[in-house]
Amino acid sequence: MAISSQTARNLGNKVLIRPNSQTKGIVSWLTTVDHKRLGIMYLVASFLFLFTATIESALIRTQLIRPDNNFLNPEVFNQMFTLHGVTMVFLAIMPMGTGFANFLVPLMIGARDLAFPRLNAFGFWIYIAGATLFYSSIFLGGAPNAGWFAYAPLTSLSANPGNGIDFYMIGLFLAGIGTLSTAMNIIVTIISMRAPGMTLWRMPMFIWMVLITMFLILFAFPPFTIALVQVIMDRTFGSLFYVPEQGGMPILWQHLFWIFGHPEVYIIILPAFGAISEVIPTFSRKPLSGYPIMVFSGMTIGFMGFAVWAHHMFTTGLGPYGEMAFAVTSFVIGVPTGAKIFNWVMTMWGGKIRLTTSMLFAIGFLVTFVMGGITGIMVAISPLDAQINSSYFLVAHFHYAMGGGALLGFMAGFYYWFPKFTGKMLSEKVGRFVFAFIAIGFHTVFFPQHFLGFLGMPRRIQTYADGYGFNTLNFISTMGSYIALTGALLLAYDIIKTMRSTDRKAPNDPWDARSLEWSIPSPPPVHDFDTTPVVTGQDTFWLEKYPQFKNISNKEEAEITKLSKESDKHGIHMPGASWWPLIAAVALFFGGYAVIYDNILLGLIMFGLLLFSVYAWAFEGVGGYYVKLDSDGGKQ
Amino acid sequence: MPKIKWTRWSLLFVVTIVLVSLSGCASTNIQSWLSPSGIIAKKQLSLLTYTSWLGSFVLAAVIIAILTAVFISFKKNSDELPVQSHGNVAVELGLIVASIALVTAVAIPTIRAINDLRIDRVPVEDALIINITGYQWWWQFEYPDSGILTANEIHIPRGKNVIFNLDSADVLHSFWVPKLAGKKDLIPNQRNQLWFATDENTPLGIYYGQCAELCLGAHAYMKTRVIVDSPEDYQKWVDSFTTKYSFASNPEVAKGKQLFTQKGCAACHAIKGFSSGSPDKPNLTNFGLRNTVGAGLVASSKDNVAAWIANPQAMKPGNYMPTLWQEDDPNRDEETQAIAAFLLSLGKEGETQASMGGSNGN
Repeated sequence: MAISSQTARNLGNKVLIRPNSQTKGIVSWLTTVDHKRLGIMYLVASFLFLFTATIESALIRTQLIRPDNNFLNPEVFNQMFTLHGVTMVFLAIMPMGTGFANFLVPLMIGARDLAFPRLNAFGFWIYIAGATLFYSSIFLGGAPNAGWFAYAPLTSLSANPGNGIDFYMIGLFLAGIGTLSTAMNIIVTIISMRAPGMTLWRMPMFIWMVLITMFLILFAFPPFTIALVQVIMDRTFGSLFYVPEQGGMPILWQHLFWIFGHPEVYIIILPAFGAISEVIPTFSRKPLSGYPIMVFSGMTIGFMGFAVWAHHMFTTGLGPYGEMAFAVTSFVIGVPTGAKIFNWVMTMWGGKIRLTTSMLFAIGFLVTFVMGGITGIMVAISPLDAQINSSYFLVAHFHYAMGGGALLGFMAGFYYWFPKFTGKMLSEKVGRFVFAFIAIGFHTVFFPQHFLGFLGMPRRIQTYADGYGFNTLNFISTMGSYIALTGALLLAYDIIKTMRSTDRKAPNDPWDARSLEWSIPSPPPVHDFDTTPVVTGQDTFWLEKYPQFKNISNKEEAEITKLSKESDKHGIHMPGASWWPLIAAVALFFGGYAVIYDNILLGLIMFGLLLFSVYAWAFEGVGGYYVKLDSDGGKQ
Repeated sequence: MPKIKWTRWSLLFVVTIVLVSLSGCASTNIQSWLSPSGIIAKKQLSLLTYTSWLGSFVLAAVIIAILTAVFISFKKNSDELPVQSHGNVAVELGLIVASIALVTAVAIPTIRAINDLRIDRVPVEDALIINITGYQWWWQFEYPDSGILTANEIHIPRGKNVIFNLDSADVLHSFWVPKLAGKKDLIPNQRNQLWFATDENTPLGIYYGQCAELCLGAHAYMKTRVIVDSPEDYQKWVDSFTTKYSFASNPEVAKGKQLFTQKGCAACHAIKGFSSGSPDKPNLTNFGLRNTVGAGLVASSKDNVAAWIANPQAMKPGNYMPTLWQEDDPNRDEETQAIAAFLLSLGKEGETQASMGGSNGN
C-alpha cells in the first residue's frame, strides 16, 4: 500500500501541481477547500439562479397577463415553468441553505473548517456540474417540459421523445450527489468538531436546524435517486418501470418522488427557520424563547415530514382510510410548526426591537409563513384537496410556504450575515425599499392566486379563455411579479454598489449579536479563530459581552479553557487545496453527456478519469500548511 | 417615524388587493366552486368556509401579537437591556395545547367528510356508471348500460348518483368539474373512481370542467362539459343514440357526408350507423347535439366547426388531428363547410333536439 500511495502521489503531482498557500487568483478559487470561499461561491451561484428563476417567472406571468395570449407557445411555456420550478427548488433555495451552512457552521461552533474540506469542494463542483448540464438543455434541443416533479409517464420516451427529460434526470442526479456528500460532511462537522464547552444544548438554533436538515437530506435523497435511475434506465436501456404500454406503474414515481419531495420542503425551510431564530433574538436583544421546544419541534417536523408524502397524492385515489391517515399525520405537523411561530413571537415580546432590514424580512417571513401554513392545513383536508389540488390555490399555497417562507427567511439571514460574509454593510436605506418591493410584489403575485383556484383555474395551463372570470386576477398577479422583479434588481444594484464601495466597512459585531461568528473580524481570517473559543453557555458571545448573565461554575469554565488551550497546542493547521474534487466533478459532468447521448466511448473515458481522480485524491496526502500568528494575533 | 408611514401605505395596498380579489370572484364564475351545485362540491365548500374562519382567526392573532410587541418596544424608548427571559413554560404549554385543540377541530370534520363522501358506500345498482378514458387532449365517455360512446360532453340525469370509472390511454389527466365535485386523476394502468351527487337544488344545465393534471401540448385546451338534465330530457338524449338513423338529404349535407369518407375522416371518427372509425379517436355520433368542438374549445357553430376541420393546429396547437387541406386549396372553405353541415345534422332529427340543456350552470 505504501508503494501504491507513493506512486499515486507522485503521479498526481506530476500531472497537476498541488496549489499551496501562496497560490493566488482563479486557480486558488478553483482548488479551494476553504469553507468560507465555498460558502460564498454557493451563495453567489444560488443568487444567480434565484435571479434566473425570477426572470423565468416574470415570463410565465407575462404569458398569463391576458386571456388567449400568445407570448409563449405551449411547449415553451411548459419548459419555462419546469425550469422555474427546478431552478428554484434544486439550484437556488436549497443551495442557498447549503451556502449559509458552509460559511457559518464552522464559525458558529468554533471550528476552523468542515470535517472533510475536499469533499466539501467536490460537493460544490458537482452541484455546479449538475446545474450546468441541466441548463445546457436549452441549447441542446429544448429544456425539460414535465414540471419540477416530472410525473411519469410524461417522462417516458413515447410521451417525451426529446432529450429534455434526460437533462432533468442526469442533472438532478449529479446535483444530488453533491447534496448528499455535503450533508454527511456537515453532520460529521457538527457532531465532532464543536469547540470545548459547546454542548449540543448550547448550539445556536441555526446549527440545530442545519443538523436536522442534513439528516433529512440523508434519508430523503436515496428514494429520489432510485426514481431518477429508474427513469434513466427506462430511457437509456429500455427498462419498463414507468412505461404504461408495457405494464409499468406510473404511480410508483409519485410515491418515490414525494417520499423525497415532502422532506425536501423541510430541507428548504428548516435552514430558513434557523436563520430566523438567529435574527429575531439579536434584533430583540433577548435570548430565543423556548430553546428546547424549538429543537424538539424541528426534530418533530423533520421526522413527521417522512410520514405525510401521500397528501400530495389525494387525487390519485388512496381510498378513505389512506386519506384519513395522511390527512391526520399532516395536521400533526401543524403543532410543532405552530410552536415555532409563537416562540418567535414570544422572543419579540418584551424585547428591544430594532426594525433593521433583516428584522423586517423576519417579520415578513412570520406573517407570510403563517398564511402558507394555514393554507397547508386546508390542502391536507383530503375532500377539500380534491378541489384545491392542481389549481392555482395550490400554486399560491406552496409559494407562500417556500417562496414567502423560505426565501424571505433567507433574505433576513442574508441581510444579517452579509457584513460577516464580505466585511461590508449593505445600505439599510435601500434595504427598506428592497423589502417593500419584494414583500408587496410577492403578496400581489400570490394572494390573488388563491381566488383563481376558487374560480376553477388549473395550474400549468398555458392560456385561459375569456369569460371564466380569470382576467383581472391574473393581470394583478402579473403586475406583482414585475414589482418583485424590481425589488430583485434593486438588491442586485445595492450588492454591487456595496462591494465596490470603500466606506461601508463592517465592524466585527455590527448588530450586537449573540453567537461566535461575530467575535471574529468581518470577513473572518482564513483560519477563522486565532484561539479556539471557550464556550460558556447558549449565546456564548453575548455572555462574553454581558458577563452578568453567565450561568456557569468557575470550575467548569476553567476546565473548558484548559481544553481550548490544549487544542491550540499543535498550532493551526489549514487543509491543503486540491485539484481532484474539481476534476472528479468534471468527469461526472461529461459522463452525464455520455449517458444522454449514448456515447459509450466518452462514458468509458470519463469513468476512467473519475476513477483516476478519486484515486489521486485519496492518496495525494494531507498537504496544507500551518498558520503562524505573531504576538498581536495577526497572521505572519 | 418614516417607517410607520410606508407600513401604512403597504397596508392600504394589501387591503386593495384583498378587496379586488374578492370582487374578482363575484363577477364571472362559470367554473367556480365557490358557488357549488353538486352535493359533494357543497360539502367541500363548507370545509373551506370553516377552515378559512379558523385560519383567519389564527393569522389575525399572530399579526396582532407581532404589532403589539413592536409597538410596546417602541414606546419603551430606553437603552436598558430587556429582561433576558428564555420563555415561559406556562404560556408555552398553553399555546401548544391550544394548537392541538385547533388541529383536532380541523381533524374531526375532515374525517367525517371523508367518511360521508366515500365512494365504496354509494349503491352501485342505483347509480349511473360512466367510463372515462383520457386521451391527449380529449375525453372519451362510455355508458356501459346503454352502450353510448361519445366524447368531451356528457349528459347526466339530475337526482341520480353517477359513478365514473377513470382510465387513461397515455399520460396522466385529471377530471375536474368544480361546481359538481372535486377532481380525480386518470392514471394509466390504475382504475380510479369518482362520483357526482345531485338533487333537486342542483340547477339544470351546463357545467364546465377541464383537465387539471399537466398532459403537455394542448393541456390548456382539454376541457369538458357536463350537462345535468331532468330525468325526462336525459332519457330523450339516451334514446337519440338508439334511434335508427336516416341522414338528412339536403345537398350540402349529402356532399359533406361523401367528403367525410373521401377525405379520410371516417378512418378515425366513428359515427353510429355510418362509419366505424378507430376506437381511440373521438366518436362523433350525435355530434349535432354537442355544444362545442375541439374538447370544449369553441361553440359548435357551423363556421367554428368548419374552421376546426380546415386547420385544427391553428385553434389547438399540438393536437393529433391532421390538417387535410393545403392553405391555398380553393375548395377548402366549401368542403369544410359541407362537412360541418353534415356533422351538425347528426342527431338533430326527430325529437332529440328538445333534450338540449340550454343555459349554463347558473
